[in-house]
Amino acid sequence: MTARTAKRVQTLCIYTALVLGAVVFVIPFAWMISTSLKPLNETMSLPPRWIPSVVQWQNYPEAIEQMKLFWRYTGNTLYLCAMTVIGTVASSALAAYGFSRIEWRGRDKVFILVLATMMIPFPVIMVPLYTLFRELGWIGGFKPLWVPSFFAGAFNVFLLRQFFLTLPKELSEAARIDGASEWQIFLHIILPLAKPALIVVALFQFMATWNDFLGPLIYLTDQSDFTLALGLQAYQSKEGGTDWHYLMAASTLVVLPVVILFFFTQRYFVEGIAATGGKS
Amino acid sequence: MTKYEKRRLRLGLLFISPWIAGFILLSLYPLLSSAYFSLTDYSVLSKPVFTGLDNYHMLMEDKLFWQSIWNTVFFAALSVPINLITAIFLAVLLNFNLPGKKVFRTLYFLPSLVPMVCLGVLWQWMLNGQIGLINQMLSPFCEAVNAVLGTAISPPNWLADPAYAKLGLVLASMWGVGNATVIFLAGLQDVPRSLYEAAELDGCNFWQKTRHVTLPIISPVIYFNGIMGLIGSFQVFAVPYVMTNGGEGPGRSLLFTATYIFNKGFQAWSMGYACAIALILFLIILTLTLLATYASERHVYYAGK
Repeated sequence: MTARTAKRVQTLCIYTALVLGAVVFVIPFAWMISTSLKPLNETMSLPPRWIPSVVQWQNYPEAIEQMKLFWRYTGNTLYLCAMTVIGTVASSALAAYGFSRIEWRGRDKVFILVLATMMIPFPVIMVPLYTLFRELGWIGGFKPLWVPSFFAGAFNVFLLRQFFLTLPKELSEAARIDGASEWQIFLHIILPLAKPALIVVALFQFMATWNDFLGPLIYLTDQSDFTLALGLQAYQSKEGGTDWHYLMAASTLVVLPVVILFFFTQRYFVEGIAATGGKS
Repeated sequence: MTKYEKRRLRLGLLFISPWIAGFILLSLYPLLSSAYFSLTDYSVLSKPVFTGLDNYHMLMEDKLFWQSIWNTVFFAALSVPINLITAIFLAVLLNFNLPGKKVFRTLYFLPSLVPMVCLGVLWQWMLNGQIGLINQMLSPFCEAVNAVLGTAISPPNWLADPAYAKLGLVLASMWGVGNATVIFLAGLQDVPRSLYEAAELDGCNFWQKTRHVTLPIISPVIYFNGIMGLIGSFQVFAVPYVMTNGGEGPGRSLLFTATYIFNKGFQAWSMGYACAIALILFLIILTLTLLATYASERHVYYAGK
């Protein structure tokens, strides 16, 4: 076998593996969409039927109807997304600046503490947090779900700090010589340069809020305050797993905005996720 | 400290003040009060009553607690290595930089964006014992095997069978492996070309290069993804909760520690007891993370050191 044929065989093998992998990853999506467009009896047909005999677009409006407060849930979710994105970007940018662009004694030791808090899972502290928010009279409202985002979550501080550290020191020094205050340097020099990193943090937070389930589950009590994730789960458990065409249509509607957002922001996403992985 | 240093310190603390407040209110206070509540009899409606170690004594006798720990450890022990290996494998494939790489990367990554609740609903459907897609694809294989060997195997009932429920959950979690894949891919692209060239000159084949060049260089990324997977799998909640319609699965096979904390804290309102479980969960995660860090110091290669 010549080197060229060996190379060709290798390429062919890799493509085969890549395509097989892609098929495996796409099948659940395809099945979700396929099911969401079928008449009810065809969801249960054996052997599986990929293309419905009639494409039932009306499953979508009907699923929305079935979920009752679908648009209300969407509004609640978007409101929470907006609030948490604002809170996270503002507070973690400030904290990350303090951990990267200002030299102060003990800074890097405190930063280890920041990293350590990433190890505390929400289920571990949810009971005391619940009682804390209950004392404040916030249970049943949105505040427990967005106020914490204004307190600079560790993960986002970490991400932004990584980015801030890559900006040359001379930028700040030159501005200092010109008499700029630290606040002005932060606002007018560093933040504009850090826009891509800020977008990454905003996107991650948007996704996290959109996906969050346990938080809304314990804090929200009134169905009209539910988020999409919680509303979908409430519909699914009430419905009991028979109307799979509606359930898949509803799931598709909850996934779709995230996928669309991803396609418009893919570049930031991929770079942002790559940056989370120990590129330190 | 000079006057200048004092000013820098004040300024630094001012900038990180949102984090300091959050650390005290949303991490330190909950952890400490969790430790205190775990020593009390506490339902939200009444004040906590100190009962010493009663909750912990009860926990040791509590079969459901042990079952939840076992389920969680079992799930983590299975899903963390499987997902790590799958992610590395896919990243290595993508790293050949063949045309169309970006399309494949996107396809592998997309499932990791699916919200937990949708993932739960979708995989409850995929894993349905009678009409689920997985079993519809498996049954021809089973029939073929039966025809040849004369056996009578049939596809498992997944979420309805205590022996297979957690495997079903592992399968669902594998679908979201794309996030780790993207992180590994970034790590692989950082491996200096010159190292591969040197290895090739020494006559290394692909596997030797993988074993002696790639894996050592990306070991910090393996460590990072491993820890993240560990912490994530020890707090698994939403997907099994949705898959079981808020239940515990057949024979409590999907009762995880986070589920048990939720059930005790927010269904039975035994918040002291829930805190005791939570604290033990935290200690387990802490211990495992420290062990992994200790192991990594011997095996992880950092370019800077």
